[in-house]
Amino acid sequence: MDVSITVNGEQISREIEPRQLLVHFIRETPGLTGTHWGCDTSNCGACVVQMDGEPVKSCTILAAMCEGHEIRTVESLEVDGQLDPIQTGFHETHALQCGFCTPGMLMTARALLDENPNPSEQEIRTAISGGICRCTGYKNIVAAVRWAAEHEATAKQGV
Amino acid sequence: MQTPAAFEYERATSVEGAIASLRRHGSGARIIAGGHSLLPMMKLRLANPEHLIDINDLAELSYIREEGSEIRIGALTRHKDLLSSDRLAEHLPVFRDAENVIADPVVRNRGTIGGSLCQADAAEDLSAVCTAVKAKTVIRGADGERVVGMEDFHVGPFMTAVADGELLTEVRIPLRPGGSSAHEKVERRAGDWAIAAASAAVWIDGGTIVESGVALSAVGLTTIHLSRAEELLRGKGPSEQLFEQAGQIASEDCSPTADGRGPVDYKRHLAGVLTTRALRRATARALHQEV
Amino acid sequence: MATVENLPSATKERPIGFGRLKRKEDARFIRGKGTYLDDIRLPGMVHGAMLRSPFAHARIVSIDTSRALAHPNVAAVITAKDLETLGLAWMPTISYDTQAVLAGDKVRFQGQEVAFVIATDEYSANDALQLIDVEYEPLPAVVNARKALDSDAPLIRDDKTGQRDNLASPTWEAGDEEATDRAFAEADTVVTRDIIYPRCHPAPLETCGMIADFNPETGQLDIYNGNQAPHAHRTVYAHVAGLAEHMIRIQCQDIGGGFGNKVPVYPGYVCAIAGSIVAGVPVKWVENRTENLVSTGFARDYVMHAEMCSKDGKITGLRADVIADHGAFDSTAQPTKFPAGFFHIVCGSYDLEASHVKVKAVYSNKAPGGVAYRCSFRVTEAVYLVERMVDALALEMKVDPIDLRMRSFIAPEQFPYETTTGWTYDSGNYAETMRVAMEMAGYEELRREQAEKRARGELMGIGVSFFTEGVGAGPRKHMDILGLAMNDGADLRVHPSGKAVVSISAQTQGQGHETTFAQIVAEELGIPPEDVEVRHGDTDRSPYGLGTYGSRSTPVSGGAVAVVSRKVRDKARQIAGTMLEASPEDLAWEKGRWYVKGDPEKGAAIEEIAARAYSGEEMPEGMEGGLDAQVIYDPPNLTYPYGAYIAVVDIDPDTAHVSVRRFIAVDDCGVRINPMVVDGQIHGGLAEGIGIALMEVLTFDEEGNCLNSSFMDYLIPTALETPDFELGETVTPCPHHPLGAKGVGESPNVGSPPAIVNAVIDALHETHGVDHVDMPCTPARVWAAMQGRPEPPQ
Repeated sequence: MDVSITVNGEQISREIEPRQLLVHFIRETPGLTGTHWGCDTSNCGACVVQMDGEPVKSCTILAAMCEGHEIRTVESLEVDGQLDPIQTGFHETHALQCGFCTPGMLMTARALLDENPNPSEQEIRTAISGGICRCTGYKNIVAAVRWAAEHEATAKQGV
Repeated sequence: MQTPAAFEYERATSVEGAIASLRRHGSGARIIAGGHSLLPMMKLRLANPEHLIDINDLAELSYIREEGSEIRIGALTRHKDLLSSDRLAEHLPVFRDAENVIADPVVRNRGTIGGSLCQADAAEDLSAVCTAVKAKTVIRGADGERVVGMEDFHVGPFMTAVADGELLTEVRIPLRPGGSSAHEKVERRAGDWAIAAASAAVWIDGGTIVESGVALSAVGLTTIHLSRAEELLRGKGPSEQLFEQAGQIASEDCSPTADGRGPVDYKRHLAGVLTTRALRRATARALHQEV
Repeated sequence: MATVENLPSATKERPIGFGRLKRKEDARFIRGKGTYLDDIRLPGMVHGAMLRSPFAHARIVSIDTSRALAHPNVAAVITAKDLETLGLAWMPTISYDTQAVLAGDKVRFQGQEVAFVIATDEYSANDALQLIDVEYEPLPAVVNARKALDSDAPLIRDDKTGQRDNLASPTWEAGDEEATDRAFAEADTVVTRDIIYPRCHPAPLETCGMIADFNPETGQLDIYNGNQAPHAHRTVYAHVAGLAEHMIRIQCQDIGGGFGNKVPVYPGYVCAIAGSIVAGVPVKWVENRTENLVSTGFARDYVMHAEMCSKDGKITGLRADVIADHGAFDSTAQPTKFPAGFFHIVCGSYDLEASHVKVKAVYSNKAPGGVAYRCSFRVTEAVYLVERMVDALALEMKVDPIDLRMRSFIAPEQFPYETTTGWTYDSGNYAETMRVAMEMAGYEELRREQAEKRARGELMGIGVSFFTEGVGAGPRKHMDILGLAMNDGADLRVHPSGKAVVSISAQTQGQGHETTFAQIVAEELGIPPEDVEVRHGDTDRSPYGLGTYGSRSTPVSGGAVAVVSRKVRDKARQIAGTMLEASPEDLAWEKGRWYVKGDPEKGAAIEEIAARAYSGEEMPEGMEGGLDAQVIYDPPNLTYPYGAYIAVVDIDPDTAHVSVRRFIAVDDCGVRINPMVVDGQIHGGLAEGIGIALMEVLTFDEEGNCLNSSFMDYLIPTALETPDFELGETVTPCPHHPLGAKGVGESPNVGSPPAIVNAVIDALHETHGVDHVDMPCTPARVWAAMQGRPEPPQ
């Protein structure tokens, strides 16, 4: 079947099998291997992207289901050479080691901050509880989200 | 990654269209909504439908509204909306309790109440919730609608009253004065299935429990409806002793199986503890005593 | 002669040398631009998928691949018969055993490789697996290590001539049996425990996989693979496949976690290589998560019996008797002379009179492996045992568990300390580290809180562990793996511009090597870290070494980089002497430049020296041009990092649910190259330790079916199960390491599980009489312990 899906603001049209999962549709698009996969049972969160602004597990969505929706992947965070504050936050607080869970965590965190610009530690931990990280023990990821929250707040104040 | 077998796919544009398609394709067709129960099974090749009918465009099935003395929830309502609805939390806090511990926040963006109820996994929380609050389900087929009470909805493990060619469209919950509810769950880790979970609803008038609803997840082949506990509670004044007696009934009347989450005796014990806790909390809320 | 106004200046944000430097490698990862194995596409590439046995033990009666071969997208199906003609049906393991690449006669564990399909795409390959028909004749399975040597146990390795039972490796001993018997005879108190360290799994977030690309015209085999020891793998493939080693290139680009899971050579790799050789196109094979959990290198699975004794309030003796479950093939990784790895470090951090250790390994109908998951070659098992026993002894003696440790510690003046099992610990001030942990935790206050809570029926536990581990394998006179010395190389080239490239043997899987090794060069030579490129992971472009596991990167490769940097600095000194018309002995070094003693204005910066080295101008007599050096570093000993950990847990008295409220970790890993990276390593390991202690386990039913074969049932902690870790440090440099550094990657996995289990028992001992519970401390298992009937995991 033919599908046409908006990914990072661009229409991608392709012929696919109905059974193709969104994660594979994305990863077969040139330049979009930043979305990863790590399990078979929707538990690990390595595949998280945003669908209409909400974090979703792209391994548990058919590409066909995404026509008419906006998909955003980690590659969309940097705009015109400017990193998103959440990306800078991860770098500042050493919130990544092997980097494999990072795109999923970034997209989850970005969606959290869009909805809740000043999340508490507990709210952050809850928001990222759908993702597994084996390397960082989560402490620095929480710190990264707080860093981004604080810097976005300051930026908004025009400081 | 494990991948599903091939199938045909269509997008329903109306409820009638979805039903017609279900009838046309017979038992080889499955509805897909959130897909977070169905797709994992398909990837593991435990389910191999030939034809998928995607109902995610049927926005008319996603709502939470008050109609008369009922709250009506559309079958396509996502878990995240059940969690965030203040109206629902005000009348039926058991939903927010449960949603806080169903799967994880990302999965909750997609999964639906209809999908959860129709998956009919005994460990699924919303089935116990809906049973406790005396919900009724609305099932639509080619010949029209029928209303089936929760106690008749789950007929066996992974089996519901929804027949071939039918679609669950709505869940209706009666609103009676003096009531509140709670859900208690124990899991090995956040996001896991319950080792055991208990939902309780009580309606209190003049210091007496006029009615209650108590149901358990994960400790039987389907949701356990504790009618014996409801009998015990009816007409009595709430007390710690009463809740413990109800817990005792819960331990006796459930039928857990041993698995990786726990052995039978522990699950029975949990069923009791969580029933007591859920009743205690539901009562405190009903009496506006919860801090 | 030039003077230099500006040396590159260090700032707190950008230290030149050791310090909290943000990572260079982050740039690509935060943009989603890492290159992990599954991201790589080669022209003409096809996909492999593995058919696996549903049975734990069964004869293969027949394999019919005709339906699969008829699938339009299937190029080939490989079975054992096909591999036999290539001599590849069996392969050697690191433990000098053999392992079936594809099962021929029998399958010996659920998940074992039976056939390899090659198709145009991943979905078709998965479909084709359903089309292969295998007829099995199930056999009874050996699932319990304790029963593996029963006289009526089914024989698993009937493929091995002369094998009559399920013994994989005969009893290995360390220590002194007689002296230990004496210590126990003279003891005041003796405790005995049966303690299990259950089977668990490193489960890195990225599963294992490979792209093999054989070029039949040139004979070049290009391999893309995330593995922790690329050079060793290359040697193995050359040997196993009869290929020329210099024509094999392994490139490990970005790896999504290793934790020991990416050390072994897996059948999928050999099949991908065989497939590429036969088909002449690149073959990609990536396992799914179930395959990862049921067939790749698991961790632990030690059944341990231990006794510990004390006299006059001090620990004096330890006995340990262990059955190690190695699975169906013996493929544990450890130095040749140490078949039980470093388990005999179970003597611990204490000044014992004597100890005696016995370990024997058995086969079972489960996946092969055992040494993985940040275990430091069985140090995790050893420390778990000794730290549980110390607590058991403290309970029996009715003394505080920290007091017993303090009284029994090896004292600082006793270092270097030779233990009763033959280790020579390098340096330590244990009591100091323990005190720092106690203060950070507020130990006295916690004990008060515990008493108050207990009076109210609330259950709170405080658990301690103190560990000494041995890492950085290892000296060539003692250690080799498959006959390969455990030495690492380092090549350092300073270019005419003064910027440098250092090529190392270590293989990062997230440990930050692109930053930390640049920092070592920066520390030694004063070249800013952003001007030092770290090259690794490509066997064509990095020196031979044994890779990253056993926390060896800093001790061994770090030592190599320090030594090679000093070689370059010495050569720079000679050149500077010529440039400054001074004798090299009259020069002094400040980071980044040589200058004339007593005339500091007169100096030459490293950039100037580099430019000079490549120029046509005069060089010191007899010296070659260029500014580079090469080293193979042979560590003189292991290093011995240590730490004091304190866990605080709360247990729901009715549901028995355990939650970790606080975790205090004070590590002494000697000099820290990048404290931020060290802390990150510790956070990650502590989270893994919580997983192991509370929820991670691979269990099997009586027929050998694995019951935790997905992330739905192999549970890994999320951000909701891990507390806000509290880290402290003491710094006791390693006397023999060029930088004084010891390494730290595995310490948190070593130290945390015993702290948590000790805390659980501490919460339950007084009220419920619990004096032991085996991991994982799930609610069900803790509840059973509270009822007085603790159950082992299987």
